[in-house]
Amino acid sequence: MSAAVVNPAGRAARFYEAPIGKKAVMAITGIMLVGYVLAHMLGNLQIYSSNRDQINTYAAFLHNPASAGLLWGARTVLLLAVILHITAAVQLFFQNRAARPIGYVKKDDVPASYAARTMVWSGPIVAAFVIFHVLHLTVGAVMTTRDVGGNPITPDVRYNVISGFQNYGVSAFYIFAMILLCMHLYHGIWSMCQSLGISHPRYTRGLKKASAVLAILIAIGNCSIPIAVMAGWLTD
Amino acid sequence: MELDSKCPTGPIETRWERHRFNLKLVNPANKRKYTVIVVGTGLAGGSTAATLGELGYNVECFCFQDSPRRAHSIAAQGGINAAKNYHNDGDSVYRLFYDTVKGGDFRARESNVYRLAAISLDIIDQCVAQGVPFAREYSGYLDNRSFGGAQVSRTFYARGQTGQQLLLGAYQALERQIGTGMVKMHPRSEMLDLIVIDGRARGIVTRDLLTGKVESHIADAVVLGTGGYGNVFYLSTNAKGCNATAIWRAHKRGALFANPCFTQIHPTCIPVSGEYQSKLTLMSESLRNDGRIWVPLKKGDKRKASEIPEAERDYFLERKYPSFGNLVPRDVASRNAKAVCDEGRGVGETGLAVYLDLRDSIARLGKNVIKERYGNLIDMYNRITGEDPYQAPMRIFPASHYTMGGLWVDYNLMSNIPGLYVIGEANFSDHGANRLGASALMQGLADGYFVLPNTIGDYLASNKFPKVEASNPAARQAEQEVAAITQRLLGAKGTRSVDACHRELGKLLWEDCGMGRTAQGLKHALSQIPEMRERFWKDVKVLGTGEELNQSLEKAGRVADFFELAELMCLDALERNESCGGHFREEYQTPEGEAARDDEHYSYAAAWEFRGVGNAPVLHKEPLTFDYVHPSQRSYK
Amino acid sequence: MRITLHIWRQRNASDKGRMVRYELPNVSEHMSFLEMLDVLNEELITKGEDPVAFDHDCREGICGMCGCMVNGVAHGPLPETTLCQLHMRHFKDGDELYLEPWRAKAFPVVKDLVVDRTAFDRIIAAGGFISVATGSAPDGNAVLVPKDNAERSMDAAACIGCGACVAMCPNASASLFVSAKIAHLGLLPQGQPERERRVTAMVAQANQEIFGSCTNMGECEAVCPKGIKLENIALMNRHFLGANWAGREGVEAD
Repeated sequence: MSAAVVNPAGRAARFYEAPIGKKAVMAITGIMLVGYVLAHMLGNLQIYSSNRDQINTYAAFLHNPASAGLLWGARTVLLLAVILHITAAVQLFFQNRAARPIGYVKKDDVPASYAARTMVWSGPIVAAFVIFHVLHLTVGAVMTTRDVGGNPITPDVRYNVISGFQNYGVSAFYIFAMILLCMHLYHGIWSMCQSLGISHPRYTRGLKKASAVLAILIAIGNCSIPIAVMAGWLTD
Repeated sequence: MELDSKCPTGPIETRWERHRFNLKLVNPANKRKYTVIVVGTGLAGGSTAATLGELGYNVECFCFQDSPRRAHSIAAQGGINAAKNYHNDGDSVYRLFYDTVKGGDFRARESNVYRLAAISLDIIDQCVAQGVPFAREYSGYLDNRSFGGAQVSRTFYARGQTGQQLLLGAYQALERQIGTGMVKMHPRSEMLDLIVIDGRARGIVTRDLLTGKVESHIADAVVLGTGGYGNVFYLSTNAKGCNATAIWRAHKRGALFANPCFTQIHPTCIPVSGEYQSKLTLMSESLRNDGRIWVPLKKGDKRKASEIPEAERDYFLERKYPSFGNLVPRDVASRNAKAVCDEGRGVGETGLAVYLDLRDSIARLGKNVIKERYGNLIDMYNRITGEDPYQAPMRIFPASHYTMGGLWVDYNLMSNIPGLYVIGEANFSDHGANRLGASALMQGLADGYFVLPNTIGDYLASNKFPKVEASNPAARQAEQEVAAITQRLLGAKGTRSVDACHRELGKLLWEDCGMGRTAQGLKHALSQIPEMRERFWKDVKVLGTGEELNQSLEKAGRVADFFELAELMCLDALERNESCGGHFREEYQTPEGEAARDDEHYSYAAAWEFRGVGNAPVLHKEPLTFDYVHPSQRSYK
Repeated sequence: MRITLHIWRQRNASDKGRMVRYELPNVSEHMSFLEMLDVLNEELITKGEDPVAFDHDCREGICGMCGCMVNGVAHGPLPETTLCQLHMRHFKDGDELYLEPWRAKAFPVVKDLVVDRTAFDRIIAAGGFISVATGSAPDGNAVLVPKDNAERSMDAAACIGCGACVAMCPNASASLFVSAKIAHLGLLPQGQPERERRVTAMVAQANQEIFGSCTNMGECEAVCPKGIKLENIALMNRHFLGANWAGREGVEAD
C-alpha cells in the first residue's frame, strides 16, 4: 500500500474504477431518478383533479418563461443522471460477465428475487420506454398532439394524455413499462441504500419493505391513468 | 552421539533472558543476505515466517494446501492459555509452568516449559494487537475461562474457533510480508526431502502438487513447522492432509525422532459410524462440565438410552473418581471409555461408544442455559449424526488427536542437524508425555513468534555459508531419490488403493499402540508392520502420472512414511517400560489402575536415530532433571 | 440409497472438460458428502479409472478447502454447512446430483472440482491485516473493545475463505469475502489506523483479480457456510466511500 500522491482527477478515476465507486454513482443517480419519478407521478395525478384545467395549469407553470431555466436545468441534470446511471450499469454488466466467462451447467438461485435478477433487463426496457414517452408526450413525434397556445406555447397535456392512452397499444406498452419500473425500483431502492453503506439490522427489513411499497405505489399511481382512460373514467 | 540440550542453568526465572542475551545477533543490514526456508504455515510455521520476514530475512515458505490459511491449527476449538492472572485467582507464570510439567507427567524439560509459560503473556498481547477477536466482557476487557481441568481461569478464547482466529492472525501477518516481498509463498508444494550439505541443513526438495515438478530450494537454514503425525492411525481428528512426511524424511536424513510413542487420545469425539468413515470429529471437552458419561451396567444391553432405568446405568467416571468425576484428564477419561467398551458395555451400533448425557443438566439448568453454553457443539453433533442431544444422550468415543512426540530439538529449537529447526507440534519439546488443553496453540505461537526468530540469528551469525547452487550433487541426489519413490509408487500397479492400505495400518496401530499398550500387543504390531509395509509397496494401486495433480500419489507417499513411523512408535512404546501421560502400558499401573511411572529408569527423552528401513534404530537418551517441580504421582481420586 | 452423480471432469487447466455420469447404488445415509465421493473414488480406482479430484482437508467445516456446486447451489442444499459437513441423509433415494467446480475468472479450474483460489490470498496481502511487528504490542487489556464490536468482528472473522460466495454470486463478486475481512478489522479499535488504506487497497486488488461487482442479490449470504451477513458489504461500501470522500491519504496540503 504505497501512499502515492493522487491528484483530484486521479482520485476520482480511482474511485470510479472500483465497482463500489460505480455502484455509488448508480445509487446517487438512482436516488435522483426515483425523486424525479415520484415528482412526475404526483404531477400527473393532477389529471384527476375536478378542475379539468388543473394539469394544463401545472404544465403552463412549468413552461413559464420565468421558470424555464429551472425546467432546462432539471432536464439537464436528469439527462446527466440517466447517462451516468446507464454508463455505470453497462460497464458493470460487461465487467460482471467477464468475471464468469464459463457458466454453470446447472444453477439455482436461492434467495435472489426475480426483480433482483432481472435488473439488467428491466433497466433497458424502461430506458426504451422513456425514449418513447419523451417522443410521444414531450416532443410530440409519435402521434398528433395539440397545444393550448400561449407564449411560450404550452401543450394541452390533458388532451394529449387522454388521446394517447385511448390507443390500446400505447397504453399496454405504458403499463408494461410501469410494471418493469416497479420491479426495477423494488430491488433498486433498497439496493441503493446498501450500495451507499446504509444498513443496520434494526432497519434493514423495514427499509426493504418500504422500498417495495414505494415501488408498488409508483406503479399503481402511474398505471391508474391509462386504465382510467381505457375504462372511460377519464375523458377529454 | 552426545545430545546437548543447550538448556541454560541457574535460576529458572531468568534462564531465557540470560540465554537470549548470549545469543549472537545478525546485523540488521545483513539479514537480507540470509534465506530461511519455512515449511508449514500453521500457528508455528506461519507466525515464524511472518516474524522472520519482519526482521528482514528472505523467507521461502511452503505449504501443501492451496493457501497458508488452511493449516490444521485452524481447527483448534477451545482456547489458548496465558498466565495473565487477569482474574486474580492465583495464577502466575510459575503456576502455568508447574501445571504443564506435572500435566506432562514429568517427561518435558523444565527450561523449555518455563520459557513457554513466560512467553504466554506476550502471545496474548501480540494476538490482540493483530485484531484477533477474543471474547470480551461487557466492560471491554478480555474474558477468560477455565479449561481442561485447570483450577484457574487462564484460557483466552474466541468462541469455539480460537485456533481459527489465531491462525488468521498469523496468516494475515504472513500475507503482509508476502505483500512486501520479504516472504515468497509456495502453496501446493510438498516437502519431500531435506538437503544436507557438509552436515548442515541447506535446503529442501519439493514437489509442485499441480505440475508434479520436483525442485530443490537452497537456503541457509530450514524450519519445519509441519505438525504432528496423528494420522498414522488413519482415523484421527487431524485434517486429511496432515502427515509426517516432512519430519520423517528429515529423520531419514539424520534428525533424531524423540518420544514417538507419546500420542494423545481425545476422549470426546463423535464415534465411527461405518467402514467408509474418513475422519473423526472432535467436540470440545467442555461438554464434560455438564455432561455425565455412562454405559449400561449389563453387557450387550441394546435398549434405547431412554429405556434404561437409572439403576441400570453405570456412571463409571463418577464411580471410580469421586472427586474429579467426569472432569478427569483426557488420558484417564479415554482409557476408561475404552475399558468399558472392551467389557462389551459399549453403546451404539458398533458398540464402540459411551453416552455423554446432558439430561440432568438440562433438568437442573434448563434447556436455554445448555443451549447457550454448547449450542454450536450440539448443532454440530446433530448435523453429523442426525440425532438430537436435547432428547437422547450423545455418543462419544476417544480418538487420536495430538502427538507430543516429534523431532528432537535443543533449547534453541534446533535439531541435531545444524541449521534444521523444528517448531510447534512437529517437535517434541514442551508437553512431555501429555499435553494440557489449550496449550498446543500456546506452544505453536511461542515457538513461532518469540523463540525461533531469536535463536535462529545466533546460528546464522555464528556460521559461514558457502554459496550452494540448486544443482549441487546433494540436491541432485535428493531429487533423484524423490523421483524414485514416485516411480516406485506409480510402478507398483497393484490391486489395493492407498486408503485401504492406510486403514489397515491404522486399525493395527489403534489396537496395539493406541490407548492401552502391552508388550505382547506391541510385539504383535512389530511383527505385522514390516509385512504390511512390504505388501503396500508391492500391491498399492496409484493411477495417473507424476506430472499432474494426483491426489492418490500424494497420499501414497505420506502413507509410505506412516508405515515406517508406525514401526518406530511401537518400538519406542515397547522400550518404555512404564506408563506416563498418553503412553499407558497396561503392565505398569498402580493398584487403582493409574499410570505408574518409573522415574528411576525412564526419566529421559528417547531420541531415535534412523539406520535404514528394516534396520533397528539407535536410541539416544536425553536425561531429564527436575530442579523445581518434583515428580509425584498424579491422582484424581 | 441410490444416487446418480453428474460430475465435471477436466484433466487440467487446458482441457475443455465435460460432465460425466456415475451411479452409486449403495450410499449410506450416515456418510458425509465427501465420504460418498471417497467411495466413488475407491470404485473408480478399482476399475482403473482416474479418481475425481476434489479439495478437502479438515472435514469439520473450518479449513475452507472443500466445496463445489451441488445442483447449482454452493456447498449443497443445507444452510450454513460446508460440503464436508453435509450428510447424505439430506438426500433421497434416486436423487440426481450435478457437481461442478466454483466458476469464476479469478478461480481457474485446476482439475475436476479443484480450483485455484490464490486470488483471495492476494487480496489479503494487499491490506487485510493490522501492521503490528512481533513484540511491539501493549498489554492485551490496554485497549478495550466493546463487547458488541468484538462480537460483530468475530461474526465477520468467522469467514473460512472457501469461495462459495464468489461461486454463487451471479456476478462472481468477492464482496462478501472482502467485506468480511474489512468488517473484522474495521470494527476493532486496533484496526482503525489502517482502516482507509485497507479498504482502498483490498477493493482495488479484488477489482484487479477480475471479480465482479455486488448487485445486492444476497446469494452469497444464503450459501455462506459461516453465516457472514450482507450487512458487512454495506459496511465495506461505507468505509470505502468514507475513505474516498474524506480520506486524507494522498492529499497535498495547500
